[in-house]
Amino acid sequence: MSGHSNYVPKTGIERWLDARMPIVRLAYDSVVDFPTPKNLNYWYTFGGILALCLGIQLATGIVLAMHYVPHVDHAFASIERIMRDVNYGWLVRYMHANGASMFFIAVYAHMFRGLYYGSYKAPRELLWILGCVIYLLMMATAFMGYVLPWGQMSFHGAVVITNLFGALPVVGESITTWLWGGFAVDNPTLNRFFSLHYLLPFMIAGVVVLHIWALHVVGNNNPTGVEVKSKADTVPFHPYYTVKDGFAIAVFLLMFAAFVFFNPNALGDPVNYVPANPLVTPAHIVPEWYFLPFYAILRAVPDKLMGVLMMFGAIAVLFVLPWLDRSRVKSLRYRPTTRMYFFIFVVACLVLGYCGGKLPDEHVIPGLSTFTLFDADLNSMVWLSRFAAAYYFAYFLVILPWMGLTETPLPQPESISEPVLSHSAATPAGAAASPEKRG
Amino acid sequence: MLRKGLAIAVLGLALAGGPALAAGSQKEPRTVAWSFNGPFGKFDRAQLQRGYKVYREVCSACHAMSLMSFRNLGQKGGPFFDPKYPNPNDNPYVKTIAKDYEVSDIDGETGDVVKRPATAADRFPSPFPNEAAARASNGGALPPDFSTLSKSREGGPDYIYSLLTGYVTPPAGLQVPTGQHYNPYMPGDVSAYWKGKGHAPVGGMIAMAAPLAPEKVTFDDGTKSTVDQQARDVSAFLAWASEPKMEERKAFGVGAMVYLLILAGLLYVSYRRIWRNVAH
Amino acid sequence: MAGANPEHGAGGDDPSRRDFIHIAAVAAAAGAAATVAWPLVDQMNPAGDTLALASVEFDLTKVELGQSVTIKWRGKPLFIRHRTGAEIAAAIKDDKADMRDPQTDEERHKPGKAEWLVLIGTCTHLGCVPTFGGGDYAGWFCPCHGSHYDTSGRIRKGPAPKNLAVPEYAFLSDTLVKVG
Repeated sequence: MSGHSNYVPKTGIERWLDARMPIVRLAYDSVVDFPTPKNLNYWYTFGGILALCLGIQLATGIVLAMHYVPHVDHAFASIERIMRDVNYGWLVRYMHANGASMFFIAVYAHMFRGLYYGSYKAPRELLWILGCVIYLLMMATAFMGYVLPWGQMSFHGAVVITNLFGALPVVGESITTWLWGGFAVDNPTLNRFFSLHYLLPFMIAGVVVLHIWALHVVGNNNPTGVEVKSKADTVPFHPYYTVKDGFAIAVFLLMFAAFVFFNPNALGDPVNYVPANPLVTPAHIVPEWYFLPFYAILRAVPDKLMGVLMMFGAIAVLFVLPWLDRSRVKSLRYRPTTRMYFFIFVVACLVLGYCGGKLPDEHVIPGLSTFTLFDADLNSMVWLSRFAAAYYFAYFLVILPWMGLTETPLPQPESISEPVLSHSAATPAGAAASPEKRG
Repeated sequence: MLRKGLAIAVLGLALAGGPALAAGSQKEPRTVAWSFNGPFGKFDRAQLQRGYKVYREVCSACHAMSLMSFRNLGQKGGPFFDPKYPNPNDNPYVKTIAKDYEVSDIDGETGDVVKRPATAADRFPSPFPNEAAARASNGGALPPDFSTLSKSREGGPDYIYSLLTGYVTPPAGLQVPTGQHYNPYMPGDVSAYWKGKGHAPVGGMIAMAAPLAPEKVTFDDGTKSTVDQQARDVSAFLAWASEPKMEERKAFGVGAMVYLLILAGLLYVSYRRIWRNVAH
Repeated sequence: MAGANPEHGAGGDDPSRRDFIHIAAVAAAAGAAATVAWPLVDQMNPAGDTLALASVEFDLTKVELGQSVTIKWRGKPLFIRHRTGAEIAAAIKDDKADMRDPQTDEERHKPGKAEWLVLIGTCTHLGCVPTFGGGDYAGWFCPCHGSHYDTSGRIRKGPAPKNLAVPEYAFLSDTLVKVG
């Protein structure tokens, strides 16, 4: 897909096929011969890990759909039947449930990597936006999938999230009624969520194809952020990155297996093993961990509509990021000031996630009451999430544009090969810590 | 720097999901060294049998276990598993247990509702025909179904054990309403009933009175029948009932981890050899 | 040059060990994939609760002499036929006849219970349900593709390759059978 092709059909069948539908050529050019910068570190293996995650979710999901019953009276029991009676059902279901968390761990690593090395900048804006589309689809899929077991958290999570749309002026109520197919979350809602939960992953797979296509037109970014200048800067994808991705996948699977086999419910909420009861809400409604930062932003805003807008805004801002950061230097290796702000940004995201899992009135420092600012104690989760949310938006809307105008970057290498060859002392921290680097 | 920062971050987020959410006002459950803890843990068969007896003779008067069938008792990993009968439906002990119960059925000929002795394939009969009946018999409170109880409570078997052994005389100043009982391990908020000084005590009100008593259940294996023992055994039984495939899962997992370690090792060596002459 | 001469760079020394490592890694990865594939295949086999319901008890007093009752067992029809003396005699008379799937009538019922025939009611051709009492041999006749079974359920004419199958069953008493 990158223009010139080195593929030479060897057998008669390959020649026959190549003249009619060059599918082998396509595969060869994109996963065998594809010239890849030779300095990619382990942060770049998450793309391959994500492809595997999608494959696992699709395979296990198709299996689960063979046994799952999308009906309010049978959904909970059918999941338990999968866990108890279906051959290896426990394995398939725990792989699927924990697989969702693994998928998000990998996608967050992949996104932070992109933010750090400036992978969203020209000419990769579209690549980045397609990635954001995948992330949005993932969130929708994960949310609807979580509703399917029809436990207490499934049900009341669905109630809360669908009610978000009720915040929209004028059309809000019509939209929620339309989403529910009734006057509350009920059987029609469960049925359509099941249908969409089955559909969306295939849409994700479609956008993934576009994402990879876009990648192969412009080529990989790399930790230096300097574009590939010559053949000396690259190695063919196979075997160099197939083996490196393979090793990273094996390590990732070790973590995955540790959860699936030894602590399969650690990442889920126990309350979801109580069958849904529309008349009683659990004491503490929380989404799955991967939504907690956005949940914290939602709760940080006292106004319903503004809260919803801020929450969606936190994702929307990612789409316009390529035009917010105007610096011509891609990698934060050569932007020390911005790098510092980036690490604070990572901390802000973690703080938001932490706050999202706590009750809003809870004290941050236990037992310490300070003073009430507007509506809550300053030493409360709600104020902590307000500070963190403010920083989240400030990073994208103020810090990155401002830094692009004012920061003086460190000198960049001439090419990818240059810092590799010189082993200079100027090698930035990120590269020095790479375990794959030969001493 | 990026690597370390984010690795810790991701791990932190992953771990924050569980315990960080356990905010509540109840006492932390006491930790029990269960035989089924850890990656190599297995259920203690004798304990499961005793636990089933406690469930059957005490709990099942009010608590349904609607997802459990008698055959489950004799399946691999279950309390009455017998290697001679790999198919639990043939297990004579399970059949005997099932026969002691009567279940409703439809007569194929007349269409009448009839009673027949249960078979191994039948579900545990529920003590009440429906939720309204269960509430009416229990002062408005619904005794929770036990099928998934252990995994639906923060702390699992530790929590059940602590709750069962944790009934205490309410502290002076706590006005316990009739039909309610104070338990420090029960999640809830008792400040509405607190007439004493300072903070209300931790814990909550529970409709169930302390269900266990010494010698309430006679154990067939001669184990001394204390409240502590009964609570331990029934908690273990409920942990098994929530996760009947746990032993199979952990055994599979140990194999999977070893295999993946070898795979990762091979791939690492392969990776080092392929990259050996590339400066990067 | 960049130290990267990828085509030859990795070649280096000791090719046999290198090959072995790569082959072992690929083989181990393929093994892992196969191990995961098995559960994904095996889950389609009957589940624990399905297997648990796989036996049925039947009270024979419900079947009149000369009649047949069809009950559902493992999702399929089960024929329980109360044969008359004439039907039994007709079946025994043909024991020596030329048949596609030779069996004596004795082999098709429980000892001393010649009047009771318990058969799985699906044609051995393609699984249709044969009709009672039809066909050239007054046993069963399959309307789908014209297979004729005799009063012992043996295939006598038509495309079916085998006799109607006898399930695993036992008499719990003179009037009660347990199938499966």
